[in-house]
Amino acid sequence: MNTLYNILEALLPFSFIQFDFMKNALLAVLLVTPLFGMLGTMAVNNKMAFFSDALGHSAMTGIALGVMLGAGDPIICMLAFGVLFGLGIRKVKSSTKASADTVISVFSSAAMALGIVILSKNGGFSKYSSYLIGDILTVSPSYIKVLAAVLAVSYVVWYFIYNRLMLLSINPSLSASRGINNALTENIFVVIVAVAVMLSIRQIGMLTINSLLILPAASARNIARDSKQYHILSTVIAMLCGVFGLIISFYADTAAGATMVLLAAAVYFATYFVSKN
Amino acid sequence: MIHNSCGLCKVNIENLSVYDGSEAIIHDVNMEFHCGELTALIGRNGSGKTTLIKALLGERKHSGKITYLDHSDGKIKKLITGYVPQQLSFDKSTPVSVLDFMAATVKSRPVWLGHKKAVREAVQRRLDDFSAGHLTDKSLGDLSGGELQRVLLAAAIEPLPDLLILDEPVSGVDINGLDTFYRKVAELRHKYHMAILLVSHDLSLIKSYADRIVLMDRTVIAQGTPDEVYQTEAFRDTFGYTFKEDESNEYSL
Repeated sequence: MNTLYNILEALLPFSFIQFDFMKNALLAVLLVTPLFGMLGTMAVNNKMAFFSDALGHSAMTGIALGVMLGAGDPIICMLAFGVLFGLGIRKVKSSTKASADTVISVFSSAAMALGIVILSKNGGFSKYSSYLIGDILTVSPSYIKVLAAVLAVSYVVWYFIYNRLMLLSINPSLSASRGINNALTENIFVVIVAVAVMLSIRQIGMLTINSLLILPAASARNIARDSKQYHILSTVIAMLCGVFGLIISFYADTAAGATMVLLAAAVYFATYFVSKN
Repeated sequence: MIHNSCGLCKVNIENLSVYDGSEAIIHDVNMEFHCGELTALIGRNGSGKTTLIKALLGERKHSGKITYLDHSDGKIKKLITGYVPQQLSFDKSTPVSVLDFMAATVKSRPVWLGHKKAVREAVQRRLDDFSAGHLTDKSLGDLSGGELQRVLLAAAIEPLPDLLILDEPVSGVDINGLDTFYRKVAELRHKYHMAILLVSHDLSLIKSYADRIVLMDRTVIAQGTPDEVYQTEAFRDTFGYTFKEDESNEYSL
């Protein structure tokens, strides 16, 4: 880690980088944002913006279960619950005739309410309110290693799954005709999104995490013409918004997650007007 | 490349049923498609045509058997299916070029890494063959109905399928595009000797192009040559009249 710290100090001659917590935060942002930029492309293609929003809200129950089971850090419970929650929505969505919006909303509301009910018992909810807006400065060096491993594994999975997901988003019968197992492909995607969202919620915040997944890809779509441009632009926009959001939040003393999202929203509107002209 | 040129091969469907809960959407479907023949699937809306196709594509669970008998030794082998969907449900603003789409159907290397020269050239040749060579770098969402159908058809025949399924390919296509499309399909039938299953509402067009017709109403209610099927009671019950040669011009739904 020290080598990394020295590199950051050499590369970035700014006052904020003197603090180790800012170095950790910056490293976390450099690992999380490309992951979100990448996953966002297909979340938007597959019209899953509302789904990932629900996934973020479901973290409330994950935290509550973690607390109930007495785990010090509820992250394992959040991960397990997030993955099951995502797979559950996908299963119900594909096997009922109800609209996807309604199904997702039912799941989302239930998970949010259950989490709040458990956590607010005996008036103790304020302890957990930091999960709502996130705290990027809670990143530890060991957590950065976890994020790096998740990013690496996600890229490998992404390499093999991308074309299938793309065909699936274009026409499910067409992808089935090419021998693609649609349900398995979607499930793998849901699992990676769930893991990425759950691992970053503590830092980015439950209320803003979905925007960080959707906005960079939505902005890239406004100006990209093919898959390569889409991917590169989404990743670059996510990383730039992440890094500058973090720096601005340090000097302006604001919540980092929300600052990043605000920048991403500005980029979305800018690209929207560029595409209209 | 000639595909199963002796014409003895066929795709056999035996007692195929698809259930939604306890309700049968289609039941006891028995039919066969011969290589080198264009079989048209007709029936009113809700008669189970699309469900049958989804079962054939492996997208819907079904009971019964679908087998493919090879021409050379009569043995069953795995069926390669090509599919041209009725329409694409994707958002038109999706940044996917025709090249991205075509490459993704045959290669596992993710298209966001860009395209190797050999892949680009192979896709270009296939598109040229379908009068769509100029569309390679266009966005999939910007294509007209006719252009899209040609691109989808070009994608569906690589790898060369034993069975090519075309789902109402004429919707949203103007008369010139329609003509080009049908001529191309007819050419494929002869050139590669593949079995083609065409779902269509255009009864006068399939009268001139189809070798066989299968009429469905949750199961097969008539099948045979166009002339045979168009004279049946089942056909009249479904479409309200029977076909007479001199009325062919009025014969479109």
